[in-house]
Amino acid sequence: MKYMLLMQFSAAGTDFPGIDTWSPEEIRAHIGFMQEVNDKLVSDGEMVDGQGLGGPAQVRIVRAGADGAPVVTEGPFAETKEFLAGYWVVDCDTPDRAVQIAAHISTAPGPGGRPLNMPIEVHPVMSAPPVEL
Amino acid sequence: MEDLLRELAPQVLGVLARRFGDFATAEDAVQEALLAAATQWPTEGTPTNPRGWLIQVGYRRMIELVRSEQARRRREDLVAQRDPYDRQHAPAADEELTAERDDTLVLLFLCCHPALAPASAVALTLRAVGGLSTAEIARAFLVPEATMAQRISRAKQRIRSSGLPFRMPDEAERADRLAAVRQVLYLIFTEGHTSTAGPDLRRVDLAVEAIRLTRALHARLPTDSESAGLLALMLLTEARSPARTGPSGELISLADQDRTRWDAAAIAEGVALVTWALPRGPVGPYQVQAAIAALHDEAPSTGATDWPQILALYEVLERLSGSPVVSLNRAVATAMVHGPEAGLAALDALTDDPRLAGHHRLSAARAHLHEMAGDHTRAIADYRAAAGRTSSLPEQRYLTMRAARLAAVAHQPTTKD
Repeated sequence: MKYMLLMQFSAAGTDFPGIDTWSPEEIRAHIGFMQEVNDKLVSDGEMVDGQGLGGPAQVRIVRAGADGAPVVTEGPFAETKEFLAGYWVVDCDTPDRAVQIAAHISTAPGPGGRPLNMPIEVHPVMSAPPVEL
Repeated sequence: MEDLLRELAPQVLGVLARRFGDFATAEDAVQEALLAAATQWPTEGTPTNPRGWLIQVGYRRMIELVRSEQARRRREDLVAQRDPYDRQHAPAADEELTAERDDTLVLLFLCCHPALAPASAVALTLRAVGGLSTAEIARAFLVPEATMAQRISRAKQRIRSSGLPFRMPDEAERADRLAAVRQVLYLIFTEGHTSTAGPDLRRVDLAVEAIRLTRALHARLPTDSESAGLLALMLLTEARSPARTGPSGELISLADQDRTRWDAAAIAEGVALVTWALPRGPVGPYQVQAAIAALHDEAPSTGATDWPQILALYEVLERLSGSPVVSLNRAVATAMVHGPEAGLAALDALTDDPRLAGHHRLSAARAHLHEMAGDHTRAIADYRAAAGRTSSLPEQRYLTMRAARLAAVAHQPTTKD
């Protein structure tokens, strides 16, 4: 079963400042933790894909204009309290295991090495039907 | 040639693994022998005894691999201790060893080790017994090749560290392991049968591969009625697959399928198998499910289906398996025999089962029975609830469509002239 884990940066649910205010050591520890998570998922044979995403300033919102041409606006993110910071797609045996991985990711270290406790959304990837209707 | 290699690969692997007592190294040696065959045979012609050819090449490669190991001396001593003198020579190419004919079966038993997670056992079985490449297996399961390679290598490590010798498990253990073998084969089948991951021509057809492997199991254990039942169940289920999806991949329920598109030959074979298996005993869940599938497959329409017989079989299956999903199916069969109210009452009895709580199939079954009873308001609500709970995209579309269809009928203005 595949699951998509979405890592939300949430200023509302947690009380840590943006990563641009962390010390280099803190950032290194955070990135190192994420690298370990990825390596472990690969060696366990559970990793499908995973990426960190650019911050809100780099996000573009696209709509089709009247003639089908793209109309691009920057993200209206000036006061955004939540945004998508990264994702994983994992292939694991049980829903419980996906939750376990998400909980581990949520312990990624932040300022002062304290766990960030970021909210991680666990979405089952829609698949084919398990049994005959 | 690909089919021939796939057929021979497990036999060769069995011979090498048995001779050296080292599954992981034997697997590497076989992969190299297959590679050599794939490059040489097309230009130099297929040898008269392809199995012997592969064994000899694999055997030579195996010796090279063993020698190049750092602990070479230790390993060779080990091999020498294990093997009497007469085993230290490559077999003659035309040597026919009857005792080794069961190697495919031994491999199946080895790959379906109870210590392995089902996903790993499936991958290892497809690789070692099915002869599929890691890339093919990865593609079939839509994961990166590196992920699948790790999964397989971890499974092999697990087998190695379990210290399990390469031989048939003893009589006491064999029944349990055979159950695991059937479960893994059925997992491969359901993965293939339900996958709608697009018409990729290069995609491995897992349902076909599962049927091929189960056929091999049945051929080697011809008196085992439950293995025959499993093969029958697969054939009878797969026979309906041409009719179970529409042009855009949408699900078509059993009642609405065009039965002329079902595979008559597969149905005949499945029916014959289950007819043979059932009276042999002991009756297991695969045989009963095959019997139910046979009744569906032989019926000219849903209405003309032998529902009383199906209901009786579900009662047997319920006693055998105790699964709430089986009870749910029995409730639906009850509705077909005794009317929707009786079916709904049977479903109500299941509502408190925590294993079914929030399960979309409970809502879906209730929706179907409400629709049958003409209560469209409740049917729509249950279809929508079920659609919200399933994690299957085709199923979600199907349920949403059923709800939308009933809602459209409900909203049509009634004509009063």
